[in-house]
Amino acid sequence: MSVSGKSVLKRLDWFSVLIYISLVFIGWINIYSSTFTDDNPSIFNFAALHGKQLFFIGTSAVSIIIILALEANFYERFSSLFYIISLVLLLGLFVFGKTIAGATSWYNLGFFNLQPSEFAKVATALALAKYLSDIQTDIKRRKDQMISILIILIPAFLIIPQPDPGSALVFFALIFVIFREGLPLYYLGIGFMVILIFIFTLMFGTIWVGIILGLLLVLFLLLKKPSFKVPIIPVALIYIAIVLFSLSVNFVFNSVFEQRHRDRFSLWLRLEKDPKKLEQIRRDIGYNTYQSEKAIESGGKYGKGFLEGTRTKGDFVPEQHTDYIFSTVGEEWGFVGTATVVILFTTLLLRLVYLSERQKNDFSRMYGYGVISILFVHYFINIGMVIGVLPTIGIPLPFFSYGGSGLLFFTALLFIFLKLDANRLNELT
Amino acid sequence: MRKILLSSIILLVGLTFIGRLSYLQIFSFSPNQILEDPAIKAVYDYPERGYIYDRNGKLLVANQPAYDVMVIPREVKPLDTLEFCNLLGIDKERFISQLNKARVYSPRLPSVLVPQLSKEDYGRLQEKMRRYEGFYIQKRSLRYYDTHSGANVLGYISEVNEWDLERNPSYAAGELKGTTGIEKEYETILRGRKGVKYIQKDRFNRDIGPYKSGTLDTLPEQGRQITVTIDKILQEYGEKLMTGKHGGIVALEPASGEILALISGPTYDPALLVGRERSRNYSKLHYDTISKPTFDRSILASQSPGSPFKTLNALVALQEGAITPETTFHCYNGFYVGKRKRGCHCGGGTRNMNSGIYLSCNAYFAGAFRKIYDQFPTSAEGMDAWEKHVKSFGLGTFLGYDLPTGRPGRIPNKEYYNRIYGENRWSSSTIISNSIGQGEVEVTPIQLANMTAAIANRGHYFTPHVLKKIGSEEISIPEFTEAKHTTIDKKHFEPVVQGMAEVYKKGTAARLQIEGIEIAGKTGTVENFTRINGVRTQLTDNSVFVAFAPIDNPKIAIAVYIENGYFGSRYAGHIASLMIEKYLKGEITRVDLEKRMLEKTLEHEYAKPYSGQPFKINERVW
Repeated sequence: MSVSGKSVLKRLDWFSVLIYISLVFIGWINIYSSTFTDDNPSIFNFAALHGKQLFFIGTSAVSIIIILALEANFYERFSSLFYIISLVLLLGLFVFGKTIAGATSWYNLGFFNLQPSEFAKVATALALAKYLSDIQTDIKRRKDQMISILIILIPAFLIIPQPDPGSALVFFALIFVIFREGLPLYYLGIGFMVILIFIFTLMFGTIWVGIILGLLLVLFLLLKKPSFKVPIIPVALIYIAIVLFSLSVNFVFNSVFEQRHRDRFSLWLRLEKDPKKLEQIRRDIGYNTYQSEKAIESGGKYGKGFLEGTRTKGDFVPEQHTDYIFSTVGEEWGFVGTATVVILFTTLLLRLVYLSERQKNDFSRMYGYGVISILFVHYFINIGMVIGVLPTIGIPLPFFSYGGSGLLFFTALLFIFLKLDANRLNELT
Repeated sequence: MRKILLSSIILLVGLTFIGRLSYLQIFSFSPNQILEDPAIKAVYDYPERGYIYDRNGKLLVANQPAYDVMVIPREVKPLDTLEFCNLLGIDKERFISQLNKARVYSPRLPSVLVPQLSKEDYGRLQEKMRRYEGFYIQKRSLRYYDTHSGANVLGYISEVNEWDLERNPSYAAGELKGTTGIEKEYETILRGRKGVKYIQKDRFNRDIGPYKSGTLDTLPEQGRQITVTIDKILQEYGEKLMTGKHGGIVALEPASGEILALISGPTYDPALLVGRERSRNYSKLHYDTISKPTFDRSILASQSPGSPFKTLNALVALQEGAITPETTFHCYNGFYVGKRKRGCHCGGGTRNMNSGIYLSCNAYFAGAFRKIYDQFPTSAEGMDAWEKHVKSFGLGTFLGYDLPTGRPGRIPNKEYYNRIYGENRWSSSTIISNSIGQGEVEVTPIQLANMTAAIANRGHYFTPHVLKKIGSEEISIPEFTEAKHTTIDKKHFEPVVQGMAEVYKKGTAARLQIEGIEIAGKTGTVENFTRINGVRTQLTDNSVFVAFAPIDNPKIAIAVYIENGYFGSRYAGHIASLMIEKYLKGEITRVDLEKRMLEKTLEHEYAKPYSGQPFKINERVW
């Protein structure tokens, strides 16, 4: 054990660890700033949020030691178990869950609120890797494709009714893993088409979607090689399917979505044409985004300086220490700070891609892609929302946002992979 | 392909974010952060405005506290509206509409509900105020006047308008500034500098502490007191004498140019433009287009000077060598311009300079005026010489005194007459009216007083001014302390001053002498016209008087201009005599004279043009 412990530290990818430490450190500084009050400046005040976060960082450090100390194949071996436990925990929420801010997503452990959806992310990434790397699984088979997609969808659908659609969305990102392993790209094409048609229908209406699609079809028929025979019936069916889908989009948007969801899309896609009403929506629904954009903007190139963010101090941006923590970076550290954070995330993600690709072990590689997908989707949606290029979807920024479960499981997610990576040479021996 | 798909997306997203961030933080960034930031509120600390004292250290203007009833609509609890309205002294409709207005402005921020309570109301309200939640009383500072006089010269303060805000960034909306008179002229001294505190606010607009621990805050700088040259007693006395009369009085100290009194009639109590009734009073004053109380006649009324101007013509004639004091002209109860006779009141006979002045003979001065022009080959050259001399007395210019308004008056020149008559188409006879101060010359009372001071000083004057001290330092502004020399040699003044002294002894103002004081003066009775329904109509003559005393060591030079007062010796002469006695002796010995001036008004004269009826002018009775 001691030998393996030593070798783990030697083979650990310190580059990733360094970025991890930087992100956690920068994150904590900004949490400190956004929860700081003049009468409570001590950093070790565990009653204050920044103090608590310091405690969570300590807990995470301990978890890193444990993760690195365990045998590497422990994770592969017990991944199915973890997955089942996470499903049980998610189901248990319906009975024992604690409600915070309208979402029943927590277990109250007295000293700590555990959010099982965070645990489920790790477990699902492990389970998916385990299933796909199984010698009997062939991703070219329709049945195996469906099972792997189901592994992702089951926890997602358990999380949606909490309600926590943001976390549920994260699971869909794991589709990337299946793609990497050979899921035909037309799945991605279909997914992409679905999103495109969804947006187009909202923006231009079903009739225009039908007409434009029809015109494209006619154009294709005119330009095709004479030798190419068009399968008329399937093409017609696809066309009808798309039009039906487009109609269902209208139905979902108007009848299933709630007004606040509709308003978010109205704002994001500028569906509301009346500028006065748009401004009203911007003020009400877009209040958070508006304030965070303004806070970031007011930081300028170099920011206002540590603890000098006036909008941060004035609590102008709601949920600033959790989902909107990036706006503190923007206000106090300026473009220099925000660009640094974006570069750090990009570098970490690309480094993880590189590490995943060098794995000899299929399980490790697939898990690595799971980690990347989950981290990426959090980072993409969170910062996209805070800087106003994506609609409001409440999920935290990994390593950054205030929150114990989040930090602990993001840490676990990353370090399990780093442990697997450190162990890759042992696999051959 | 599959291997690079995710990497490409990661890179693309990173670039998109950097692009969006640079748009927000580099291109949309506005450098004017501290003022636009909703999280920072600037709270101003206003220094007290400086006091104004008169030349003898008597208080003229100070400050008084005023109390505004403020409301924060959100914090208002249900209350007994009727009782509260009675306490405030307003009716219920007004209360409700004010409250609604405040609510529309902001439910969280304080608004003024009832402005400027009197001290008595404040005392009554203060104890009961805490029963009404959401209301409180805020103290402000208003001007307090320790005199009922001097409104025109002291000026008033009012809220800054948008134009001021644009031009001067040190003002903020709602602040007060000097708008007229001394308050405007010495605004920067009186005002001081406001202090500012930056307060960090939260998103509910609540204070959560000083911004940057107050390191950017500044302390207010007190406004400085000033002492003005006005003599409070003389100013008040002059305004009392002006009751019911339109016109101006300007008294100067010839040795320094200090303005002792600057009186415009009719005037108003400066306290009218302070406090709750301010806007109502202001409208009343502003829209009184008949008596125009806000029009400062002492510095703005540009009118024919009449006979006092003759002294100047005498001086020019002497300087140009056109006459000597012994030169005589004959008066045929008038004089001839071509075949037209112009009248004279002096009684007729042969006049030299002395009797010409004290009897105010028109024929004498018409002759002297012609002689000036005869010295030169052309009328134009004569005009140039005459204009140069006359202007050296400060006529036809803005004089340069330290008050924000004024008029240059008019001293015509050759271009002026060339325009009217054509080149070489006019002569001294054409413009002969100027010899007796009628015609085209126009002066303001302060110019007339300054001219008198120049004669009193025998050839020089000091620019009239009102500022004496800033704080406790005597001012020494070269503009005010350096003598301005006229173009007339000193020796020529004696015969003119002699003539002016005779005015009081055996001339037009013989009955206005003051026991024990040697005065030199000159009457003026000025024809004037107005337009009634487009018809040029003559009104009762203006009564004008200039004087200085004592003759050998002049302490006061005064000009009095009373519209439609008829003979110069009547209203203007009386008032000048009383003012001089008041200033030099400190008391009035000729009580009958004073009583007459205090009681007589000219309202009947001023009503004539508006009566719609034909009216008589220059009536003998008075």
